[in-house]
Amino acid sequence: MNRLFFLLPLLLFAAMAGYFFVRLGDDASVVPSALIDKPVPQIDAPPLIEGKSGIKTADFTGEVKVLNVWASWCVPCRAEHPLVSRLAQTEGVPVYGLNWKDKKQAAVAWLNELGDPYAQIGFDESGRNGIELGVYGVPETYIIDKDGRIRYKRVGPLSPTILKDEVLPLIRELKQ
Amino acid sequence: MIDGFSIAEIGHFTLVLALCVAAVQAIVPMVGAARNDAAMMAVAPATAVAQFAVLVISFAALVHAFVTSDFSVLNVVQNSHSLKPMLYKVSGAWGNHEGSLLLWVTVLALFGALVAFFGRNLPPGLKARTLSVQALISVGFLLFMLFTSNPFTRAFPPPLEGGDLNPLLQDPGLAFHPPMLYLGYVGLSISFSFAVAALIEGKVDAAWARYVRPWTLLAWICLTAGIMLGSWWAYYELGWGGFWFWDPVENASFMPWLSATALLHSAIVVEKRDTLKSWTILLAIIGFSFSLIGTFLVRSGVLTSVHAFATDPERGVFILMLLVVAIGGSLALYAWRAPTMQGGGLFRPISREGALVLNNLLLTVASAVVLIGTLYPLFLEVTGGDKVSVGPPFFNMTFVPLMIPLFIAMGVGPYLSWKRADLYAAMSRLKVALAVTVVAAGISLVLLYGDSGYAVIGLALSAWLIAAAFSELLQRAGLGRTPVRNIPGRLFGLPRSTWGMTLAHMGVGVLVAGATGASLLTTEVITVMKPKETIQVGPHQLEFLGAEEVRGPNYVALRGNFAVRDEAGGKPVALMSPENRRYVARGQETTEAAILSGLFRDVYIALGDPDGEGGITVRAYRKPLAPWLWWGTVIMVIGGLVSLSDRRLRVGAPKANRSAPAGPRAGPRAEPAPAE
Repeated sequence: MNRLFFLLPLLLFAAMAGYFFVRLGDDASVVPSALIDKPVPQIDAPPLIEGKSGIKTADFTGEVKVLNVWASWCVPCRAEHPLVSRLAQTEGVPVYGLNWKDKKQAAVAWLNELGDPYAQIGFDESGRNGIELGVYGVPETYIIDKDGRIRYKRVGPLSPTILKDEVLPLIRELKQ
Repeated sequence: MIDGFSIAEIGHFTLVLALCVAAVQAIVPMVGAARNDAAMMAVAPATAVAQFAVLVISFAALVHAFVTSDFSVLNVVQNSHSLKPMLYKVSGAWGNHEGSLLLWVTVLALFGALVAFFGRNLPPGLKARTLSVQALISVGFLLFMLFTSNPFTRAFPPPLEGGDLNPLLQDPGLAFHPPMLYLGYVGLSISFSFAVAALIEGKVDAAWARYVRPWTLLAWICLTAGIMLGSWWAYYELGWGGFWFWDPVENASFMPWLSATALLHSAIVVEKRDTLKSWTILLAIIGFSFSLIGTFLVRSGVLTSVHAFATDPERGVFILMLLVVAIGGSLALYAWRAPTMQGGGLFRPISREGALVLNNLLLTVASAVVLIGTLYPLFLEVTGGDKVSVGPPFFNMTFVPLMIPLFIAMGVGPYLSWKRADLYAAMSRLKVALAVTVVAAGISLVLLYGDSGYAVIGLALSAWLIAAAFSELLQRAGLGRTPVRNIPGRLFGLPRSTWGMTLAHMGVGVLVAGATGASLLTTEVITVMKPKETIQVGPHQLEFLGAEEVRGPNYVALRGNFAVRDEAGGKPVALMSPENRRYVARGQETTEAAILSGLFRDVYIALGDPDGEGGITVRAYRKPLAPWLWWGTVIMVIGGLVSLSDRRLRVGAPKANRSAPAGPRAGPRAEPAPAE
């Protein structure tokens, strides 16, 4: 009995190590999305900028497109902005924006400061469209195929590696 | 460039050499100790010093690469920039995964060398085994570096410019925070090595506790200072005015601190009462295990947080193996050998050792709570649950209630004598402290009426800790037993360890007041301001004078200027200029809060984003007692240092010096108690 007592720390540690092992390699930012391979849900967001369209479900057919959810108050969005611009300008992928839980002026000022890579931007002030999409937090990036189905979802900012290894290859594949 | 090329190669070469030396240091003395071969055991100190010397060369080579902006080294390319100020070029050497690991092993070797140097009077067997265990840890980490994270990997072709150090890390507080924390983390390796060596020897006695204690104390001092620097950095750099976020990485440094604190106290019981041995050994193992887990959490991406600067599963597997061998191995050894080490007598709940056991119990439960709070969200996920966030509410509900009895006991403990204490006598000596506490509680109740009941409790506890520690010191110096004019002289005659304890306990009291003020009594105003507008924050009036663009060496900043008045319409007493910096190389932004620190409060301003119509978001806080957070920690660190300066004299003392060292001492001297 006494001996077992001294074994207790070892057993507790073994449980913890086992748990670490299972956890290992999971990227906390890869969140299983119920929407993968499903059509884009019902969304309809009014335009953020006058004279430019908002976004709605019907926009996502016919061509491979990227949907980027962002907000002006979100620092990682700022960090990934150059990559989103690169995607739109250098790679020529149409990137649609959903401005999420934001103030209109702040969002416009943000675009004026950093540049506007988006083809169309929906303004989702209440976050209602975000609920349909299952947005965890900004930024999020979705890849949508020609048939309007979501094929990829990234929670958190894009990085050059993710862009190179995940996003661009998938887009190339989907375009074929 | 030619010499730059060869110097990085020297760094790489010395790293391999260090591995060889550490392997010798791990094997030869351990075999020597088993065979009782003096010559083989004598290898330990020599190799320990050699290993340190070789690693210093390697580390210097890395710093050289950063200072000279040698962009043929991949690590420099990724983490430095030629425009960076010199301080951050140097600190860039350890502000990244590979470099921080090199710093880690260098510190590990430093502690080994220190034991070799200061441990002349250690029994040869214990010394050889301790250094051998220490070298085993080195071997593990050096292999890890050479296989998965070599800081000297070349970049070819060398680019012209580097990617810059994460700007959040370009800060004087953070330049020194990691090395300090590492000294603490790694310092606990010595206690661990001593514990494992004692398990192998099968012998733990009062002398062992006396050898271990100064090293634990040194590690504790560094941990305390390191955690404080990190918390201070978060306070002014993250821009939210918080000083502690219960972030997984903060918790990872806090858990070793809690167990080191418990270890410091339980080692006293081993030394004075020759009991609680296996528990103390376990604490020494747990303390360093938490340090290792802390490293693992940061490095492997098991937990993601702002701090994680390397997330790579391959490294994670390696570190996990390292953990299993080090922690699993030592705990298995513990399960095997510790049951034979029971010793000493029983003790009564009302006694010094009883209070220390309570201290240990509460601190251990507290670290378990922090561990659970840190891992629970992920645990749920593995078992198929959802992603949940535990967050500060959990810790406020669990951790804080544990601290209240701890702080109460902390006031009483030093008044109790060893073995069998008289609680009534102790309480009568605590009369003054109790009175001070009641008065402080009364005053804060009046001042804070309707504000926060918890704050009253916090301030009362703070007053209790400070008053109890101070009055205990005075009574030790003979207050009430000798004329008052003798007191100052007798105060100076007290042993430094007494002074150390009193200062450390008072420091905790000051810290508690600071934490109460900064978290519960804060006044907060978040608003959009245009130039010439004013806001009222507590008694202070802040006028926004305007914002300007300024250029730093490697950033551009938006700086807001604010005039502070102590009352509306009064004369400005200070100019505060918070900044939002945008670092050129990475385009990343940081917040530099402006803090006006007074004796009893901080005024804190951070800038948010411009609203596009000439206004800017401003977050302003008045944080009563917030500066006490840092002063309290500084007092604790000074207490530790004072106590260490006493202990050092005793490290070298010959064995079995149970007769008291010179100097008056309150309470009966400890003798090993007969089993009851």
